[in-house]
Amino acid sequence: MATAPTSEAVTAGTGTPPPGGKTRASVNIPRIVLYVILGLFCIYYLLPLYVMLSNSLKPLNEITSGGMMALPSDWTLAAWRSAWSEAQVGVAATGLKPYFANSFFMVIPAVAIATLLGALNGYVLTKWRFRGDTILFGLILFGCFIPFQIVLIPMARALGFLNISGTVSGLIFVHVIYGVSFSTLYFRNYYAAFPTELVRAAQIDGAGFFTIFYRILLPNSGPIAVVCVIWLFTNIWNDFLFGASFSDFDSQPMTVALNNLVQSSTGVKEYNVHFAGAIMAALPTLFVYIVAGRFFVRGLMTGSVKG
Amino acid sequence: MAQPMTGRSLRDWLPKLVLSPTVAMMAIFVYGFIFFTTYLSFTDSRMLPSYEWVGFDNYATLFKLRTWDIAVNNLLIFGGLYIGICCLLGLTLAILLDQKIRAEGFIRTIYLYPMALSFIVTGVAWKWFLDPGIGLEAVVQGWGWESFEFDWIKDRDMAIYTVVIAAVWQTSGFVMATFLAGLRGIDGEMLKAAEVDGASTFALYRRIVIPQLRPAFLSAFVVLAHMAIKSYDLVVALTNGGPGTATEVPATFMYSYTFTRNQMGVGAASAEIMLLTIAAVIIPYLWSELREKK
Repeated sequence: MATAPTSEAVTAGTGTPPPGGKTRASVNIPRIVLYVILGLFCIYYLLPLYVMLSNSLKPLNEITSGGMMALPSDWTLAAWRSAWSEAQVGVAATGLKPYFANSFFMVIPAVAIATLLGALNGYVLTKWRFRGDTILFGLILFGCFIPFQIVLIPMARALGFLNISGTVSGLIFVHVIYGVSFSTLYFRNYYAAFPTELVRAAQIDGAGFFTIFYRILLPNSGPIAVVCVIWLFTNIWNDFLFGASFSDFDSQPMTVALNNLVQSSTGVKEYNVHFAGAIMAALPTLFVYIVAGRFFVRGLMTGSVKG
Repeated sequence: MAQPMTGRSLRDWLPKLVLSPTVAMMAIFVYGFIFFTTYLSFTDSRMLPSYEWVGFDNYATLFKLRTWDIAVNNLLIFGGLYIGICCLLGLTLAILLDQKIRAEGFIRTIYLYPMALSFIVTGVAWKWFLDPGIGLEAVVQGWGWESFEFDWIKDRDMAIYTVVIAAVWQTSGFVMATFLAGLRGIDGEMLKAAEVDGASTFALYRRIVIPQLRPAFLSAFVVLAHMAIKSYDLVVALTNGGPGTATEVPATFMYSYTFTRNQMGVGAASAEIMLLTIAAVIIPYLWSELREKK
């Protein structure tokens, strides 16, 4: 490690403010520049959201006549109505509504099962350690990283074999399998910091495996459960590859339906409807992010395998 | 620290029993499937799996295909720029945000929200925003700058860069958050000492701060590289591999060869290459992470 330089050079004051209370940059100009730059980046990140929102609220001719950046002059919810219940998605003119529902039916059980399994796995891997558990954990962890292209072909066959291909249940099955790697990672890292002495004490008092889990670990798992649920919810809701590979017309998740809506080449391109649909597909995850952003960020950080 | 309990056999096997469904799932659906796909990549499977062994034929075919060549090149361009720009932008934003900014939390929330969106949503938004007919080009021309041109998304040579633009928009906030967490972990005493010594802000960052961000760089790199190789949704939504095959990447190649062109053997071989590439990045990383913790 680099050693801290000696403090004799203090006298060589080069204009830096003295240490204590306030640090550097009490001058105003750089401060203003700094805020301007940060503000410009805010605009950059918000711009696509603005484009989606404002264009979803105007009639199509305002977009095609070059007014994409303008606010709607004729505010209307027609595009939203169309995207929700009228637009042609694939073969049927049902709008995105049924697919929005599919996504919920898929994501809720998948998240619940994967989280519960992950919690149990994390509990075993930290409090009931055995020979080779770290290697086993590494092998489970690798599942987070495989490119899913490698499992597409055999999974298509396996779903057929289990008679759940092209159904929402099939998608739940797939998402649970590949979600467990993540939930195990979260809970293992979290429980590793949980005092093992408490578990030992409970054992001495005669508490069994599941009692300890329910009474001691679970009541203390709130934060990590939230992190895990948010992470899985976001990932599974946003998944496209599995949805596109393993669903039929009536079991498509929202992302696949949105893509079909936008890519369909028949007729006039209704950009305003596309934008409205895109916001609908984004709303659930965006909502979660706004309500529980702190946990979302923590999930991202742990997702990059930091302990 | 192991073996908190002695004795009774139920207590010995119950934890392992609880773990066993996951172990079985991983054994079948991760490792078994990897094995199966690997096997298929050595067979003459077309529309359906076949078990006729053909050795390395599929790989030979794959490497001779122009589309695969384009896909790999695109991945190199896309991956390189994506990782590079994300790291640069992320680091810059993190340093700027680390200057005791008012409303930092609010700004951070704005920078990071695209990460919550689906790549399909991002793709749709940028697809129409970059569309020369109605998007940026048309708008700027409408404002009076008639010669303004921005038609990369329709241009065979430039379309891959639009994928970079959209992908950077989506993930740079995440890289910023990674670096910001790294910055917050740096020992403040050391900085104060250097500051007292009269080190300029620039020297402070270059000599002390940035070298200490190595772990953050590493995890950002691993995540981004992994996302770049897997990227499928964004390309599908933004350009659908086009114009022509101009933005084909290995992930889209694999899908179309396996499921629409009925060349499953070649598709499996391409998936195999993707897996090996990711494994080359991930395995050393996981190895070092898990070993450190022991």
